[in-house]
Amino acid sequence: MAIATVPGTGIDVGSQAPQPPADPRRARRNRRIKDNLTGYGFLAGAVICFAFFSWYPMIRGVVMSFQRTRRGETTWVGWDNYDRIINDPSFWIAWKNTLYFTVLALILGYAVPFFLAVLLNEFRHAKGYLRVLVYLPVMLPPASALFLFKYLAYDPSDAGLFNAMLKAVGLPTSQWMQSADMTMPAMVLASTWMNMGGAILIYLAALQNIPGELYEAAELDGAGIWRRITNVTIPQTRLILSLMAMLQVVATMQLFIEPLILANGAGTQDSATSVVYLIYQHGFFQNDLNGAAALGVIMLVALIGFSAVYARLNAKQD
Amino acid sequence: MSVPHFRRVAAIALAAGLGLGLAACSTKGDDEADAAGKTIITVDCMPVGAQKNLLQAWNDDVKAFEAANPDIKIKSVSVGTQCANPPDFTARLNGGSMTDVFYGYMTDVQQVIDSGQAMDITAYANKDNIPTWDDVLADAKNTFTKDGKVWGIPTKNYSMGLVYNKTLFAKAGLDPKSPPKTWAEVRDAAKKIAALGDGVAGYGEYSSGNTGGWHFTAELFSQGGTPVSADGKKADFNNDMGKKVLQNLKDMRYADNSMGSRQLLGWGDLLTLAGAGKVGMFVGAPDATTAIVTQFQGKYEDWAMGPMPGQDGPAKGTLGGGEGYFFKAGLSEDQIKAGLKWLAFEKLTPGKGQFDYVRAKGLGEQVGLPQPQLFTPGSASQKAEFDLRKANGNIAPEDFAAFENNPVPIKFEPANAQGIYAILDSAMSAILTNPNANVDAELKKAEEKVNQLLAQAAK
Repeated sequence: MAIATVPGTGIDVGSQAPQPPADPRRARRNRRIKDNLTGYGFLAGAVICFAFFSWYPMIRGVVMSFQRTRRGETTWVGWDNYDRIINDPSFWIAWKNTLYFTVLALILGYAVPFFLAVLLNEFRHAKGYLRVLVYLPVMLPPASALFLFKYLAYDPSDAGLFNAMLKAVGLPTSQWMQSADMTMPAMVLASTWMNMGGAILIYLAALQNIPGELYEAAELDGAGIWRRITNVTIPQTRLILSLMAMLQVVATMQLFIEPLILANGAGTQDSATSVVYLIYQHGFFQNDLNGAAALGVIMLVALIGFSAVYARLNAKQD
Repeated sequence: MSVPHFRRVAAIALAAGLGLGLAACSTKGDDEADAAGKTIITVDCMPVGAQKNLLQAWNDDVKAFEAANPDIKIKSVSVGTQCANPPDFTARLNGGSMTDVFYGYMTDVQQVIDSGQAMDITAYANKDNIPTWDDVLADAKNTFTKDGKVWGIPTKNYSMGLVYNKTLFAKAGLDPKSPPKTWAEVRDAAKKIAALGDGVAGYGEYSSGNTGGWHFTAELFSQGGTPVSADGKKADFNNDMGKKVLQNLKDMRYADNSMGSRQLLGWGDLLTLAGAGKVGMFVGAPDATTAIVTQFQGKYEDWAMGPMPGQDGPAKGTLGGGEGYFFKAGLSEDQIKAGLKWLAFEKLTPGKGQFDYVRAKGLGEQVGLPQPQLFTPGSASQKAEFDLRKANGNIAPEDFAAFENNPVPIKFEPANAQGIYAILDSAMSAILTNPNANVDAELKKAEEKVNQLLAQAAK
């Protein structure tokens, strides 16, 4: 800031010089900013993280899906990458497999944790022990858990854990990951085992919030266990069930690590090729990051579409 | 400090820290020269800690090189046992995080050029910088040359043959000095080896992670076929030769039950079985035996190699490949020259680096493998390398004699190789996991898909 002095005297008159009246709106804004500085500081941390690690890659992905890089030069190619990726021989196979996995996971991976949670909630003894037991697989790194399934449980010889068990009870053995028909059910089974602990804990928390009087009233009305589940438990946990269903679909549509480890990628006769694995193939094996970005955008649009429709249907029900 | 004040300071520090952290992430830290004026280059593919002997040899070489070239400093980087595992390599390449001088496969050349991350080194690739350059095989140099421009320096080459476990051969009553030369002989030998029981497979084969397509291609070459037409526009394997490849495998898998119950094998899976002595034969290059020992706990004395089998006589071709080093775009002239000097020392001088057979023998490494053969037959470098190899060989010469004495014409991988291999994996896995799979139907399906892929790639 320039300092006003009286010529020849060196006396500072800056502080006494008449000041223009302060703009009250600006002063209020400055005060507001000052008052909220702490909030802005913490917000900046989150915004920087999201901006660099979520939003920027997402926007970059969309931009890349309309570009092509050859010999170090990037050019705009319009919808060419989308055209190429939709005409990829594995495109529809990957979508079919992914949807199949999602449906199977909804049947098995969604229902089983809920009913296990209801069951656990009914136990009066060893509650803590049982909860630790069902949560343990979540603590195992996913890659380790899947290698256990691959080499121990799904070994196609009679020495494999599951085959030995089947044989012991006189049932026919399976080729597991080496059978195109069994690939998806086997992946859903492993995935459910790995992930259900988290879901069970969430359901348990929701179940414990249901007022006990509702069950007492139902019992007085002569409701059996099934009626109590359908008329009390499910309506009372509908919100969490609905949220978990959406999260489950969004998560299972991004199927990747299961095919990569259990099926070495595509699996037998492409039975494990998922959309995300196809993105990985294009991006990292076929030198086609732009095609991979286009498929990523298609996936993003599909999931946004699903979430929007689902949210709308739920809102209508409410 | 009051609590609100503390919170404010903490918030600002958090935001500033994150900002600075991100800024630090985005800056490049490569130095061209150190305070003493030395030219610095970073080089990857240093062996990992578990590869003790190889790592010691590398570190000794760096020390010796720096002593002989006091104006150059080498910074070594390890990127895993498989230096160019395709997904890691692609990620590093497109993220621009390769070292100044970086390792890649012969088949990566197009990808490296497309990424814009490597530089044209035509002006520097000569005998002034690499004294043995004129002796290096023209074929090997050509694989790193596109449109007259040199993009990389070849440092290893290979061709495939039949790798076999001579200990299992002996146990099965087969002659370990006489490996099978045709697919019919492979089938017979596989049956005898599988009869040993104890989970031993007579013959092992890939069918996942794009390696199935890679081996289908190698075996198709052995039949005289080629995966795509000469103009690269159409699939060319749905024919008698392609059928023979799949039928041979199907017969061994189901008619003879000589391939074991575990299929859907990828690169590491098959070599793990080999290291454990559970597979009698497979198609591979001579350095597969090195991988079996250094990475998969096998024993050198178990392994030998024959030529690629043919259908009714000698194979009509085999798949060849190799590796080399590229130079990161933007290096200074001094850095390029320093990098070339290092590669000349470590990879292309008989008696030094990878050809320091005296040292390798002392470390207990395998000496005497027939490949790499980087120098033109009859050249001074080739003679010097051959003499050193023979003088220091510690493998029984007969172990690789059948491979060495029966050379098969080498053919290289097609363009869009990984996309084609991914499709062919499906046919290979069908044949090896489904007893009802139909060879004709699988080939037709794969042909349609490859044609679709090639049509899209041409756009």
